[in-house]
Amino acid sequence: MAGTAVVRRGILGRKLGMTRVFDERGRQVAVTAVQAGPCVVVQHRTSERDGYEAVQVGFGTRKPSRVNRPMQGHYRKVNVAPRQVLREFAWDGDVPPLGSDVSVDLFEAGQRVDVIGKSKGKGFAGVIKRHHARRGPMSHGSKYHRRVGSLNSGTTPSRVFKNRQMPGRLGGRRATVSDVEIVRVDRERQVLLLRGGVPGVPGSVVAIRTAAKALRAAARA
Amino acid sequence: MDILTAIGNEQLRERPRFGPGDTVRVHAIISEGGKERIQVFEGAVIARQGAGVSETFTVRRVSSGVGVERTFPLHSPRVDRIEVTRRGRVRRAKLRYLRGLSGKAARIRERRRDA
Repeated sequence: MAGTAVVRRGILGRKLGMTRVFDERGRQVAVTAVQAGPCVVVQHRTSERDGYEAVQVGFGTRKPSRVNRPMQGHYRKVNVAPRQVLREFAWDGDVPPLGSDVSVDLFEAGQRVDVIGKSKGKGFAGVIKRHHARRGPMSHGSKYHRRVGSLNSGTTPSRVFKNRQMPGRLGGRRATVSDVEIVRVDRERQVLLLRGGVPGVPGSVVAIRTAAKALRAAARA
Repeated sequence: MDILTAIGNEQLRERPRFGPGDTVRVHAIISEGGKERIQVFEGAVIARQGAGVSETFTVRRVSSGVGVERTFPLHSPRVDRIEVTRRGRVRRAKLRYLRGLSGKAARIRERRRDA
C-alpha cells in the first residue's frame, strides 16, 4: 500500500462464499470471495444540489416491470438498465462519469476496506447467544440452564434500567466489518478475495469501501 | 463450475493417489531462522478430510515411543512432495483406533494387489 494515497472508493458485490488460498509464504488464508461489480454509476451527488458529494452506484439486475415509474425515470436519465441495489459512496479525486462502469480495478491487493452487509438472521435468540451471557450448570439438579439472570436489584430502584440485555431478535440487520484486508484482486473474474469473514449469507449483496481506519491513519500522517 | 471452486482449483497441485492406511513420506518445507529446509515426515495416513483446496490429510508415526500426528493441507505449497512408500489394507476411512494401539497391534496389513 506504500506510496498510493488512501482514497475513498466503493463498490457493491455479491458474497459468493468462503474458501482458502495460500499466500506467498505458503500459509493458508481464509478468504471470502465477493463478486464485485460490474457496477454502474447512476447519479452524482453534488454539494450544490444535495449538500454533499457522493457517487451513486448500482449493482445487479431488476426486472423493468418491477421498477416503479419514478425509479424508471431515474435510470432512464443515465440510460442504464434497472439495478437491484443502489448505494452511495463518498469518492475522492475524479468522479467516474454517469453511466460508466465501476469495477474491481478500484482496488488492489493489500488495501484495507470496510465491508457492509446484512448479517445472517438468527431469529429470536436467548441471552447466551445474543449477549454472550454465561449459562448455569447443566447438572447437579441445577434446573437453571440458559435463562436470563437477574434483571436488577429489588426495592431500590424497583425498576429495570434501560439497555438491560434480554432475549430478542438477533442478526438480520446491517453489519459492518472494518479494516478487512484485500488478499487478492481477480480482475478476470471481477472477484475480490477478502481476508476472513464478511456479514451475510452467500448470495447477499455487500458494500465494500475504503476502510475508515485507513483513512484516519492517512489523515494523521 | 462456480467461481468459488474455480478459485480453489487453480491452487491444486499434482499429488499422488493415496489414502488411509498407506504409508507416505511427506517432504515438508520448514522455515526456521530465515532459512528454509525440507523435513521428511514418514508415517501412516490415518485420515483424509475435506475437499478441493481445503483437503487435508493426517499422518501418524510413533517416534521414540511417542505418537506424533501431523496434519498437512494436501495442496499446500509447503508440502514439497509426497511419496507413497507402502499401500495398506484397511477397512475404514479414519484410522483413529490406531491411537489406542501400539506395537504389533498397530500394524497395518499391506495391500496385495492394487485395487
